[in-house]
Amino acid sequence: MHTANLLPLVLVIAVVAYMLAFMRSRTVAEPFGGIRNLKALPFYYAARAALWCAIPALILLGAWTAFEGKVIQNVVVSSLPADVAPKSEGEASLVLSQISNVAAGKLDPNFVPKPVVGAADLLENLRDRSSNFKTMLVILIAVLGGGFAWSRVQPHINARENVERTLRWIFFICAGVAILTTVGIVFSVIFETVRFFGKVPITEFLFGTTWSPQTALRADQVGSEGAFGVIPLFTGTLLISFIALVVSVPVGLMSAVYLSEYASKRGRAILKPLLEMLAGVPTVVYGFFAALTVAPFISDLADIIGLEASAQSALAAGLVMGVMIIPFVSSLSDDVINAVPQTLRDGSLALGATQSETMKNVIFPAALPGIMGGILLAASRAIGETMIVVMAAGLAANLTANPLSSVTTVTVQIVTLLTGDQEFDSAKTLSAFALGMMLFIVTLALNIVALKIVRKYREQYD
Amino acid sequence: MNTMNTTATRDVAVEEQEQKTQPVEDPRPEQAELEEGKTVGVPYVDDPKFRLRDVEVFYGESRAIKKISLDIAKNEVIAFIGPSGCGKSTFLRCLNRMNDSIDICSVKGSLELDGDDIYNSKRDVVELRARVGMVFQKPNPFPKSIYDNVAYGPRIHGLANRKSDLDEIVENSLRKAGLWDEVKDRLDATATGMSGGQQQRLCIARAIAVSPEVVLMDEPCSALDPIATAKVEELIAELSESYTIVIVTHSMQQAARVSHRTAYFHLGHLVEVNDTNKVFTSPEHEMTESYITGRFG
Amino acid sequence: MTDQRSQAEIVRESLKVRYRKERRFRLYGMAAIAVALLSLLILFTDIVGKGYTGFIKTTITLDVSLDGEAMYLEDARDKDQLSMADFQAPIISALQEYFPEATGRKDVRELKRLVGSYAGNRVRNLLTEQPELLGTTQTMTFLVHDTVSVYVKHAGSDAYSIRLSEQQQRWVDELVEKGVVETAFNDVFFSRGDSREPSNAGVLGAIVGSLFTMVVTIAIAFPVGVAAAVYLEEFAPQNKLTDFIEVNINNLAAVPSIIFGLLGLAVFIGLFGMPRSVPVVGGLVLALMTLPTIIISSRAAIKSVPPSIREAAEGMGASKMQVVLHHVVPLAMPGMMTGSIIGMAQALGETAPLLLIGMVAFIVEIPDGFFSSATVLPVQIYLWASSAEQGFVELASAGIMILLTFMITMNAMAIWLRKRLERRW
Repeated sequence: MHTANLLPLVLVIAVVAYMLAFMRSRTVAEPFGGIRNLKALPFYYAARAALWCAIPALILLGAWTAFEGKVIQNVVVSSLPADVAPKSEGEASLVLSQISNVAAGKLDPNFVPKPVVGAADLLENLRDRSSNFKTMLVILIAVLGGGFAWSRVQPHINARENVERTLRWIFFICAGVAILTTVGIVFSVIFETVRFFGKVPITEFLFGTTWSPQTALRADQVGSEGAFGVIPLFTGTLLISFIALVVSVPVGLMSAVYLSEYASKRGRAILKPLLEMLAGVPTVVYGFFAALTVAPFISDLADIIGLEASAQSALAAGLVMGVMIIPFVSSLSDDVINAVPQTLRDGSLALGATQSETMKNVIFPAALPGIMGGILLAASRAIGETMIVVMAAGLAANLTANPLSSVTTVTVQIVTLLTGDQEFDSAKTLSAFALGMMLFIVTLALNIVALKIVRKYREQYD
Repeated sequence: MNTMNTTATRDVAVEEQEQKTQPVEDPRPEQAELEEGKTVGVPYVDDPKFRLRDVEVFYGESRAIKKISLDIAKNEVIAFIGPSGCGKSTFLRCLNRMNDSIDICSVKGSLELDGDDIYNSKRDVVELRARVGMVFQKPNPFPKSIYDNVAYGPRIHGLANRKSDLDEIVENSLRKAGLWDEVKDRLDATATGMSGGQQQRLCIARAIAVSPEVVLMDEPCSALDPIATAKVEELIAELSESYTIVIVTHSMQQAARVSHRTAYFHLGHLVEVNDTNKVFTSPEHEMTESYITGRFG
Repeated sequence: MTDQRSQAEIVRESLKVRYRKERRFRLYGMAAIAVALLSLLILFTDIVGKGYTGFIKTTITLDVSLDGEAMYLEDARDKDQLSMADFQAPIISALQEYFPEATGRKDVRELKRLVGSYAGNRVRNLLTEQPELLGTTQTMTFLVHDTVSVYVKHAGSDAYSIRLSEQQQRWVDELVEKGVVETAFNDVFFSRGDSREPSNAGVLGAIVGSLFTMVVTIAIAFPVGVAAAVYLEEFAPQNKLTDFIEVNINNLAAVPSIIFGLLGLAVFIGLFGMPRSVPVVGGLVLALMTLPTIIISSRAAIKSVPPSIREAAEGMGASKMQVVLHHVVPLAMPGMMTGSIIGMAQALGETAPLLLIGMVAFIVEIPDGFFSSATVLPVQIYLWASSAEQGFVELASAGIMILLTFMITMNAMAIWLRKRLERRW
């Protein structure tokens, strides 16, 4: 049975276990003079039965589903005779897709070698068996678990404590998902990155000034390995992020100042949600806007002035990204400015300072660390932003500081390298993970520093 | 009568907040004799610094100050006393228009400084505040150096043309505030590292650095320990030689110690204004008497 | 020390300059707001301007004589003949009724390009279903070719006519005048999946894909997020592990979304061998991505439940878990739901991580389950926006309008929920 169907089935069994245990707890309580003489309410006995029923079954189901594909694949591949057995991982994935296509009936068995047809049969056979086993085992465990808990509906057992302890553990594990995710991220990039550095020396990656992973057309071609110097990607990313910050920091900061110091209550109530709408617009929409409206506009404008601009320019991507980050900067600055105590404002105003003098001389200096933290967070946003640059910045890894030329960024390259056909194990594919690792480290560092600064700043006025 | 809040050290902001949400109650039956605009004692003087007539302050719909008339003389120290929420801080903040920054607050009546209406729309609030300085309940030094704190006012008003002038102003102000000897070696140290009493005296130095004519003090000692309080009180006495000082206080002893005249506020009314000695020995109004003898507060 | 009078004068003299500065500063603030709002306005008008035509389809209604000879089809029941027959021919001769002069090779080719390339299939399907119609004349409505559609919808604008020859433009103008070529509400757009031809492409497949993905996301992220928030607020001991969890959550909230795509690719697809391009994997990745948002907002909601409620329940002898489940969580629920809806809206608009787990595939069929290949709305927009044809650009804009409508609805729902259900303590 398919996982998608098995899941509700387990839940149904759990509900049945719940009801049975509930009834049994009442029956058990009868001779003792009603449920008040049980150690716990019937609800808890019932809930315990449901948990006993569902949790082990679900764990089994999850683990089986997660690993059955891999295990079956390995069995199938190892069953292939030596002459068709894949020699590399790339070949393996090719053979596997052949096998599964034959099994799914998408590929005519007459067009593939005989062993592959046999393997396809084996694959289908294994899949069937695995599915049957899984279904039986999961149902068995669910029923056994439920039955065990049902038999333990006894007045002297404190089911409430049991249930509560289990729930606490579940809550804890849910909180631990955050750690698991981080670990998952680190592991998903680190292995491939290490393998990448086995092919391309780390110094070449970090200090190389040419990036052209796609050049390998023929094996004997010059530079067929591709060039993996990350510097042009880095400068491209920085150029676009810089343009974005040049737009978003002054605009965001001054909007926050206006909203918190000058705008009337009504004005604030209208303007703030409008501003926040900018943050709610999906990045793909900004990308569309940048690529189809802003970029052509800039290139036309540059033509009129007599400058040369490419159809996809860093400026277009940067400007639009800047607009996207405005509400981010503005709401962070707003928080920070509002955290400056009113007494400081009063102190300055009472000396006869105008509002702008108070702002510039007292509030800004006091809020500076917080604002800096906010800018760092905005920078990390800009560096990690993907869709706008994918759609508007281009693919050419130019090492330039000219905002009118097309540049590429780390995120663009990750997307380009990992979409479409991939050969596993090639330096080209692996390099995407190395880029991801770099991106993760840089944004993580920025975030940690920024959050520290902001927290320290908050404590100062708490 | 003990329904009134007796918390002594609340922020002005909190107090105002409360006034916003809870309209000041109507006088209860036994206080029916509190007639609007009627003040016993000597509210008026000749040639006043401040001439205040029929002042009313509204927070939205509710009226926090009810037709108060009062003169404040040159170079006098006048203390405002009264239970929490009686409007004394609100009234004080009218004198340099600090209430302007609260959207829903509006002021009616005539308030004149040296014969000029301070709420006139043409009247400049910056200039007013340069002449009428203020010291707040909680010390609020800017997170800058001691020197920059004191130099802040002269700088924004352009009072010093040269660095040496500014140095002189800073030194004079700190001396007047009795702080010079304590801080002269660490003028570049950040002000937030000082003790509470020092911070408050720094705020006083900061206020007098622009040579105001009047200094408003809103419970300046409520956040200070007794020793620091004594120092600040001493300072007030010295300053009274050259400045007009209006001080709001919760401590009747403090009012008795530092002020020449004392004004008693109750629920937005100005009940009595008299010579300080008279207020504390033989008040004219029975409510003043109830208050100073501690029957409510 | 200068005397007092002159000081007041100094202050007064400085005022003019200072107030000018004040006004300028205030103006900067207003300008900043104006820039932001103007950007929003331009963005929206640009998209509506580019995309409203996506909701319009252009059709051509012809009297097609199903003449067997012209189609090289003698018996419509014969499968072999059906697969060889020329179904374009009757359409072209129907067009030639209007333009009898168009008989040359080039003219025929240009005529052919007036009608969408699926028109022939329509004729074939009709004959396959009802072979007896062979030899009759049927009135049929076809979608016009993409270039014609763009030309008709943007009548009068030179920028959209370049891909039609002058002769074709003249023909189209004439057909429009005669009412043969008409525009109508684009029901195709709302009832189909993607297609190679803009006029045949629809957004329904992507919407359904988004729906399946979002169901997975919310089914995972909401319970896990709420449970994590409850644990951290109510049960977590003050220790290093708890601190570490908190640091992780805060940092994950700021990790670029594309990194989650790498995680999905390496762990779910690479390690667990899950299939590519399916809503389950997309939903999992988006769930991990939205989890920090939900945890953070749920914690805020739990924090805002006043301690007095907890104390009251504890005073009645409720266990800690009972206090939490009976009182704290129900009271915090509106806040948690608000945060979750906002997180979902974010996930709905997310594109980058889904590109990496293969949801960019060209998928014509409307997905029918959590494990069938699918794409989602924002990715569909990306795909269309990257196509060269003008027709796809307007579809992308139209898709954006639909996506924004969804998001605005969700955000409005969150605001409504907050207003309606959130208690003020």
